Amino acid sequence: MTTTEMTDPTTAQENAQRDKSDRQRTFWHKTTPYWFMSPYIIIFGTFGIFPVLFMIYLSFHTWNPVAGLGTMEYVGLENYALSLTDPTLWQTLWNTFLMALYSGIPQHLVALPLAYLLVQLGKRARHWLTTAYFLPYVTSTIAISMIFFVMFSKESGIINQALTGLANGSLTGWAFGWLHDVMPLGWVQENSLIRYSVSFVVFWKYVGFNIVIYTAGLATISDELYEAAIIDGANSWQRFTRIALPLLRPFIFFAVTLTIIGNMNLFDEPYVLTRGLQQASTNGMTISNYLYRVAWEWLDMGSAAAISWILFMVIGLFTGLYFWFFGRRGLGGE
Amino acid sequence: MKHTQGLGLALASLTLAGGAMAADLRLDGFPDYDSQLEAILGGFPAHNVDMLMNEHGGHHDKLKTNLATGSGAGDVVLIDRNFVGSFVNQGGFVDLTDEFAPYRDNFAPYAVTQGQGNDGNQYAVPVDLGPGVVYYRRDYMEDMGYDLDEVMTDWDSYLDYGRSLKEDGILLIGNANAVATAYWNFNVEPGNGLYFDSEGEPLVTSDRFKRAFELAKTVRDEGMDGNISEWTEEWYAGFREGRFATQMSGAWLLGHLQNWMAPETSGNWGVSNLPDNTYGTWGGSFLAIPRQSEQPEAAWDLIEYMISEDIQLAGFQNIAAFPAHTATYDDPMFNEPIDFLRGQRARVLFANIAENVTPVEPHEGDQIAESLIGTALEQVLNDGMDIDTALANAERQIKRRVR
Repeated sequence: MTTTEMTDPTTAQENAQRDKSDRQRTFWHKTTPYWFMSPYIIIFGTFGIFPVLFMIYLSFHTWNPVAGLGTMEYVGLENYALSLTDPTLWQTLWNTFLMALYSGIPQHLVALPLAYLLVQLGKRARHWLTTAYFLPYVTSTIAISMIFFVMFSKESGIINQALTGLANGSLTGWAFGWLHDVMPLGWVQENSLIRYSVSFVVFWKYVGFNIVIYTAGLATISDELYEAAIIDGANSWQRFTRIALPLLRPFIFFAVTLTIIGNMNLFDEPYVLTRGLQQASTNGMTISNYLYRVAWEWLDMGSAAAISWILFMVIGLFTGLYFWFFGRRGLGGE
Repeated sequence: MKHTQGLGLALASLTLAGGAMAADLRLDGFPDYDSQLEAILGGFPAHNVDMLMNEHGGHHDKLKTNLATGSGAGDVVLIDRNFVGSFVNQGGFVDLTDEFAPYRDNFAPYAVTQGQGNDGNQYAVPVDLGPGVVYYRRDYMEDMGYDLDEVMTDWDSYLDYGRSLKEDGILLIGNANAVATAYWNFNVEPGNGLYFDSEGEPLVTSDRFKRAFELAKTVRDEGMDGNISEWTEEWYAGFREGRFATQMSGAWLLGHLQNWMAPETSGNWGVSNLPDNTYGTWGGSFLAIPRQSEQPEAAWDLIEYMISEDIQLAGFQNIAAFPAHTATYDDPMFNEPIDFLRGQRARVLFANIAENVTPVEPHEGDQIAESLIGTALEQVLNDGMDIDTALANAERQIKRRVR
């Protein structure tokens, strides 16, 4: 008893100290993960969040970057009004939309059956072929686009050379002879062809990425389902359409969403293939190319920021519509 | 009063002393200026000069970012003629009017004007020029029985030559758009800018642009060009294989032709000024000091050195940068025959052009107008759009965009 009485004040003190160190410990305990994450948070904040916030601010101002930060002038919604009534903006948006379709739809139409075939091939072949298909995806877009630029070249490009060969060939001449009338084709020079040329490069680069997603998806489907189907007499096509496709829905949904977002942001391929927007730019320029031009060639950062937000809204709208129509089924719900 | 005078004197002597001390400078530029600097910096012991070279486009993008944020630019920067108009009026550079005044009269007047802001102050100093010329195949002209004066009398005679060439399966030019570009660049009315008049009103629907577009359209429609994009492998091959008979460009194309584009065609080429005796410029570079530089005096020392007569000549020798300093044109070097051009004393012609080009006022909207007019030209040449419609479209967009 006496001891407790005597130690009462000290206990209070100790308790207080223990409380303090407890609090400190819980503080460190609670914040430790964030300290570990801080390098990422700082970098993401500087290069991710800050520019987004700054761009909101910027889109309500006029600013010529060459004149320095002090020259921003508040103009309200003028940048938005100017951009929304700009025929080039609508033209480039239309270009972007068309190229997104031309490159996006074939990507999935090819990747799905190809992934299905790859899975049938067995492990070793599958690994090698998946790697081969994936290779374009990890190669620098600029390098790929430059090589395609050379291949698309009018006189010496391998594509036109091959077409000429087909048109002249004794076996193929009857089918390709008409090419003589249109050769040489300016794949990256003509406004009538540039969208197809850009779309082909995009298709070629990203089809492998989708194959990887779909092979991963197919791997989640249990073999028993196929076996049961075989016993029931389903042929290979039926197994693909009745088992593989329905069960792949969440994967398709995911991959298509990525394609929509990626293709609406298309920049590098059209930029290189139009030689820095110098040729076939009427039909070949995407909205991202256009906002780059407005910002860095025309030095109108305010308008460029407004165009970025308009692009953001458009992408939001497209993905929103896609979610609305396919979301619940796509994600595997009812 | 006495106090301030004393202070001023002290400050002045301090600045003088500071100017005399060796400073660490950096010059930001693009190749081939690195070769030039390496060759000449040995003769400039006053300061330690470092350089930061990026490819042409990257250098100017970096400079824009540096000016936007007010940090990171070199003490001296190299600026291409195309960018000078959009840079000099934005207040990012040190006013060099007084420093340049003693040298000014020795520099090609049109280039001096290009380096001035709308306030008449000198913000950028010309360091090399691009006299506009047309390179032509001598052998083709001889074979067809034409002589140069006959071809270059005016633009119609130039087109007539193209028609004769076509009968022999030779193209007049790689790409018709060079004809249009040359025409609107080289026929600027006195007092006007390239795309804007002195009031800032766009000129793109004027007769100059209509005629330029018509010329190019004639060349394209009659099959006198190959619609070959410039600076692509196909273009180089065209020079090597002699697919086209003429090419408009800056005098500097000679260096590219003889060094790597088509060395094997040496002796077949000649150079002339443009049809109808027009004088114009195609390229050129400037030096300027960003206001953010902490040692503008030392930076000026470097510019002063780079625009001095000897160094200007050295630049011509080292990297074929045509001197902006007109006193250099008396140097014997200018009289040397050039083998690639079959012994033609072409530098005399270049110098003559440089001294006769009429000054053209730069405008901050030049870049915008240039790309919109480029698109309009493409629509006319490739997509068959009517010239008036295309130009009117361009004008409307220029008016909207230049604020």
